[in-house]
Amino acid sequence: MMGRSMTVTALNPTPASAQKAEAQVVPLPRPAKRPQRLAALGRIVAERIAPPVVVLLVLLLIWQLSFSGAASGLPAPTDVWEQSRELILDPFFVYGTQDIGLGWRVLTSLERVAYGFGLAAVVGVLVGAILGQSALMMRGFDPIFQVLRTVPPLAWLPISLAAFMDSGPSAIFVIFITAIWPIIINTAAGVRAIPQDYRNVAAVLRLNQIEFFWEIMVPSAAPYIFSGLRIGVGLSWLAIVAAEMLTGGVGIGFFIWDAWNSSRLTDIIVALVYIGVTGFVLDRLVGWLGHVVSRGTTE
Amino acid sequence: MKYLQIDRVCKSYPGKGRVTEVLSDIRLTIDKGEFVSIIGHSGCGKSTLLNLIAGLTDITTGVIKLEGREVNAPGPDRAVVFQNHSLLPWLSVYDNVKLAVTKVFGSTKSRAERHDWIMQTLELVQMTHAIGQRPGEISGGMRQRVGIARALAMEPKILLLDEPFGALDALTRAHLQDAVMDIHARLKNTMIMITHDVDEAVLLADRIVMMTNGPAATIGEVLPVAIPRPRDRIVLASNPDYVRTREAVLRFLYERHRFVEAAE
Repeated sequence: MMGRSMTVTALNPTPASAQKAEAQVVPLPRPAKRPQRLAALGRIVAERIAPPVVVLLVLLLIWQLSFSGAASGLPAPTDVWEQSRELILDPFFVYGTQDIGLGWRVLTSLERVAYGFGLAAVVGVLVGAILGQSALMMRGFDPIFQVLRTVPPLAWLPISLAAFMDSGPSAIFVIFITAIWPIIINTAAGVRAIPQDYRNVAAVLRLNQIEFFWEIMVPSAAPYIFSGLRIGVGLSWLAIVAAEMLTGGVGIGFFIWDAWNSSRLTDIIVALVYIGVTGFVLDRLVGWLGHVVSRGTTE
Repeated sequence: MKYLQIDRVCKSYPGKGRVTEVLSDIRLTIDKGEFVSIIGHSGCGKSTLLNLIAGLTDITTGVIKLEGREVNAPGPDRAVVFQNHSLLPWLSVYDNVKLAVTKVFGSTKSRAERHDWIMQTLELVQMTHAIGQRPGEISGGMRQRVGIARALAMEPKILLLDEPFGALDALTRAHLQDAVMDIHARLKNTMIMITHDVDEAVLLADRIVMMTNGPAATIGEVLPVAIPRPRDRIVLASNPDYVRTREAVLRFLYERHRFVEAAE
């Protein structure tokens, strides 16, 4: 009885609503869809964009209030805008070989980082792969790496200068040596975490070392490798100021060093923002790359 | 000369202060084309025995010979269907099989021949509809089918199945058992299957190897299954030979070699 009465009540409304929809279908969807899409957009703005903007404005206000007096040591945001407006508004001006926009300087520095980090990525993954495969090597090298990775980039400067006798290669070496440790350590951890099943498959197929590296090790350890690369790219960007104190020239790191020497504090603040944004983009870029490469590895 | 010969094989692991013997004095010969099931309680070392034949684990003493050649390293002539399929999750179904085919036939078959062979083996396990999908996107039964296809694609001298259907539901398992029987009937290949399912052992095997409990497990009894092929699970349910064989295995497992969980 119950079941029958329930099916009857369930059945009844369906044709009724279908009929109703048939009659009113043209005018209804249009006004219904637009506000929906707008509402979704509004929600994204409210949830994602509004909070950081509000926080930024509040922080700028506090900064402005704290340093607007004549006796304050640091420039306030309005001072930065007044004195360094050109740097902010035009990142790609060229007035002379040394007088160029911050965008160009960032690109110059990125090229340097590309060499140092690229080298660190290749060497780091290879060394990490070897260490991950051999427990004995790992035991031998791991303590040394753990100590070396805590050495700050600036401390490598004199050593690399003494070793290379030339500022160009030593700057790249400083970036390389700063970025390589997390890449080695993470790759080794990823290789050790390769499931025995995959190793068995490789053994039955008699994959050689190179085939094992490309077919099993890299895809299986990709999430680990890329989290190492992500930390590494952040560190290599951190090392840029130290590295460019050596090389001079037109990099963003040297620009800060140079601005400090000629007490252009507002320029330094603008450069800091450039460095921060670039570092953020680099981090996201490697993260995105890792996401693309390791897609499907997590079951 | 016997096809596969396991002669006085022992396997022990050095432990703290003493040596743990897992397998003791295993002697078994298997003919070409034969289907052998190895059954025993969990922990009796049946998977270890399979790994020894596969070459994935080193033999402590004794010798295993395949066609008169000693087995001491893994190779595609003894393909394994692993318990948990062991497909590479970043490769599609097709690419998983392709990895094996490229490695084994890379120098002897042309690209087109290899493609045909991949499709042929996937056809054999009825998986051609899912060639572009990844292991994470297909069901457990399908993954195991692909695992079988990958192993078959190596054209092994002997196919080793390590409890391949243990993790599957009863209906899927029945389908896959039929698939394996069909493949065995068509290709006449030699197969060794580890199982803890009595019905599966009786249904599929020409001989059932029953293992005693560990430590130091060995072969307790080898039971020939005198049921003609092709076998049909529905007809067999009332077949007196089937019932008798099944009872013999059950008696071995639950009367004479009852599994005592507390015994270490």
